Amino acid sequence: MEFNKSDMNRILSVHKAEPAALVQVLQDTQIKFNYLPREALEVISSALDVPFAKVYSAATFYKAFSLEPRGRTQVRVCMGTACHVRGATLILDEFERALGIKSGGTTEDLEYSLESVNCVGACAMAPVVVENEKYHADCDPTAVRKIAKR
Amino acid sequence: MGKIRNRAHLKEIAHQLAEERAGREVDIVVCCGPGCLARGSEKIADEFEKELKARKLDGKASVHLTRAGCHGLCEKAPVVTIEPMGFFYQTVTPEDVPDIVETTVIGRKPLTRLSYSENGKKEPVIKYSDISFYKGQTRIALRNVGRIDPLSIEDYLAAGGYDSFAKLLDENIEADTVIDVIEKSGLKGRGGGGFGTGRKWRSCKRATGDTRYVICNGDEGDPGAFMDRAIMEGDPHSVIEGILIGGYALETSHGYIYVRQEYPLAVKHLQKAIDDARSAGFLGKGILGSDFNFDIKIDRGGGAFVCGESSALMASIEGRVGEPRAKYIHSTDRGLFDKPTVLNNVETWNNVPMIIQKGADWFKSVGTERASGTKAFCLTGNINNTGLVEVPMGTSLRSIIFELGGGVPSGEFKAVQTGGPSGGCVPASLLDLPVDFDALTEAGAMMGSGGMIVMDDSTCMVDISKYFLKFLIDESCGKCVPCREGLRQMYYILCDITEGKGKPGDLDRITALGEAIIEGSLCALGKSGPNPVISTMKYFDEEYNAHISEKRCPGKICRPLITYRVNDKCTGCVVCQRVCPEDCIAGVKKEVFVIDEDACTRCGSCLAVCKFDAIDIFS
Repeated sequence: MEFNKSDMNRILSVHKAEPAALVQVLQDTQIKFNYLPREALEVISSALDVPFAKVYSAATFYKAFSLEPRGRTQVRVCMGTACHVRGATLILDEFERALGIKSGGTTEDLEYSLESVNCVGACAMAPVVVENEKYHADCDPTAVRKIAKR
Repeated sequence: MGKIRNRAHLKEIAHQLAEERAGREVDIVVCCGPGCLARGSEKIADEFEKELKARKLDGKASVHLTRAGCHGLCEKAPVVTIEPMGFFYQTVTPEDVPDIVETTVIGRKPLTRLSYSENGKKEPVIKYSDISFYKGQTRIALRNVGRIDPLSIEDYLAAGGYDSFAKLLDENIEADTVIDVIEKSGLKGRGGGGFGTGRKWRSCKRATGDTRYVICNGDEGDPGAFMDRAIMEGDPHSVIEGILIGGYALETSHGYIYVRQEYPLAVKHLQKAIDDARSAGFLGKGILGSDFNFDIKIDRGGGAFVCGESSALMASIEGRVGEPRAKYIHSTDRGLFDKPTVLNNVETWNNVPMIIQKGADWFKSVGTERASGTKAFCLTGNINNTGLVEVPMGTSLRSIIFELGGGVPSGEFKAVQTGGPSGGCVPASLLDLPVDFDALTEAGAMMGSGGMIVMDDSTCMVDISKYFLKFLIDESCGKCVPCREGLRQMYYILCDITEGKGKPGDLDRITALGEAIIEGSLCALGKSGPNPVISTMKYFDEEYNAHISEKRCPGKICRPLITYRVNDKCTGCVVCQRVCPEDCIAGVKKEVFVIDEDACTRCGSCLAVCKFDAIDIFS
C-alpha cells in the first residue's frame, strides 16, 4: 500500500508522542503499509522527536520490519529446531524453487514474499509454514507447491 | 458483571458463576491451541455450534460449548474433551461432530472410535485422566489451560481466579510479607535463568527510586518452546493476576507485558483479558475499593530473539534497538527507564497466584529440595506424543520422554536437546537425570525455558550444532565482537566438516573459539552460544570424527556426504521422476529406476513422494 499522510497520522494519534513509542509505531506502520516507506520514517522521526538515524537503526534491527514492499502473500517457513529435525530445510528449498526467489526475497509481481522465521511456536505440527495468518501443519513438498500455486 | 467492589463481592460472584457451570451436564471443550488451530479446530467448534442449534440444544443451560486453550496432546490434534465426564476425543474432523452430539451430548456415552489408545495397544482409553500422557502430570502453571475459555473472565473467576490477589487487599497483607512468601516458596525463574524470584523482588524493593516497574517476559524465542504461548493464549488472566500480585508486593502501579510479534493470538487474548480485568475493577485506579492503583501495557516485540534477554527487552520497550548491556548494575537497581525493575517470565508470573492461594509450604512440597514446584515442557521432534506437559521438578528425562511422551516412533533414541540455543544435547546414557536447574547444567545442557527436542538416529549431531550456530548468527545483535564474529567462524568450520572438508585440529579450533566467545560476550546469547556445539562434541565425538576422517555422515543428513540410490522395491511408478527438480531420475515405466548420482543434489523430493520405500540413502 502506498504511503499516505492521513493513515500515518492515525497511527501516531494512538501512541504517546515520545521516543519510547518508536518500536510500537513502527509495528503499526509496517502492518498498515506492508513495509516502512521512507516518508513514514521521516514523519515518525519528527513526531516522536527521535533522530532519523535512530529510527533507521530500529527499522533495520528488528526482523519484523522491511524497507522494501513485501508481497501480498507472505510465506514464512519455520526453521525452529523441531521443524529442522523434521526437514524444514527441504521445505524452504522447495519454496525457493517454486517461487523462483531466495529466502528474504519478494516476487516481481509483489504476489509472494518468502522468509524463514525462527520458531513460530507450533512445534508439534512441524514442519510448519505460515501463509499470512494461516498455519499449515506437517508440510511436505506437495503442500509447498499447493501454497505457491505454481 | 460491572465493577467488583471487594473480596466478599468477588466470592459471591465467583460462587454464582461456579454454580452455573456445575449445572452443565455436558461441556464440549474444543482445543483452540496453536496445534489444533493449525489442523482446523476452529471449523470443528463452528460445526458444533451449528449442530447444537439444529438440534435445539444451544439455548440449554445443561449443554455448553467451550473454545479453550491448548489441551497438551498436540500429536492427536484436533482434540475435543467432554466435561464433566472427562472423555477424550482425538483427530476429530467436522464430519465427526453429528456423531459426537448424538452419542455423547444426547446419549451421554463415549464415542470410542475417537478415543485414544496407548502406544501399540488396541483398547480405547476413554478418559484423559487415564491416558499415561496426562496421568504423569502435575498441573500448576497449566491449571486452567485447556479447561476454560481464555476470552471469558467469568470462566477464570469461576475457577477461583483473582481471589489470591483480592485476599491481599482484603486481609491488608503487608507488601513485604508477600515477598517473604514467594521467597520461602523457593520459586525460581522459569525462563531459563533459575534465579530466585523472591530474592529478585526483594532487591528491587530495596533499591532507591520512587518509581518501579514490573515486566512479564513473553518473548518466548527458544525454538522448540511454546509453553508461554499456551499460557498467554489459554489462560491470560492468571498471568495478569500474577503481575498484579507482583505490583502489590513491589508497591508500584506500572506493569508491562512484552510479547513477541510472532504470537498475534497471545496479544489479542491478553489485550481482551486486560480490558475485561479493568472493567471488572482489577486494574486501574482504586482497585477493589482500595487505594492501590495498577495498570498493564502490552508491548509487541519486533522479531528479535535477543530481546528475550532482560536488558535488551527493556531497551526495546524504551523504543531502542534491543542490545543488551553489561550487568554490573542489576536491572533490579536500574532497569526500565533507569528505574528499579522486576522482570519475570510468563510461567513464573502464573505460578504466583497459586503460591499466594495455597502457601509457600504447599509449593515446596512439590518438586525437589533444590527446586520446588513444577516445570512445563514442550515435547517435540522425533517423539510419539508431541505436546505440552507439566511435571514436578526432579522428574527424570526418561519418564518425561518415554512414559509421557511415549518414546520415539521409529529408530532409536539418540539425544534430547534442552534449553534451546543456549542449552545442549543430553545423550541416552544420561536419561535418568532429574530435571532441575542444577542437574542439567552439570551435564552441559540447561533446563532453559522448557523446550525438549527429541532426536532419533536419523539426526546428525554435527548438523544440529550447525543449525544452532546459524540461528545464533542470525540473532546476535552484533554488539560484542566475539559473539558476532566468533560464532560465524565456528559455523564456517562446521560447514567445512559437513561438506567433507574437515581437517584434523578443527575440533580444537572450535573449542578455543568457544572459550573466547564465552569469556568475551556480555549477554547469555554469546555466553552460552557455544553450548550446543561443545555438548555434542562431548557426547558424540565419534560422529564428528566420522565426518572429519571418514567423510561419512552417520545420521545420513549432510548432503555432500550422502548418495541416493533406488532399490528393487521400485515399481517404476514415475512419481519421483516427475518431482525431481534436477531431472536426474531415469528409467522405463514399471521397471526399476536409476538416479544419476552426480547430478543429484539430495534435495529429498523423490524421497518425500515415494510410496514404496524404494530410495535408500548411503553414506
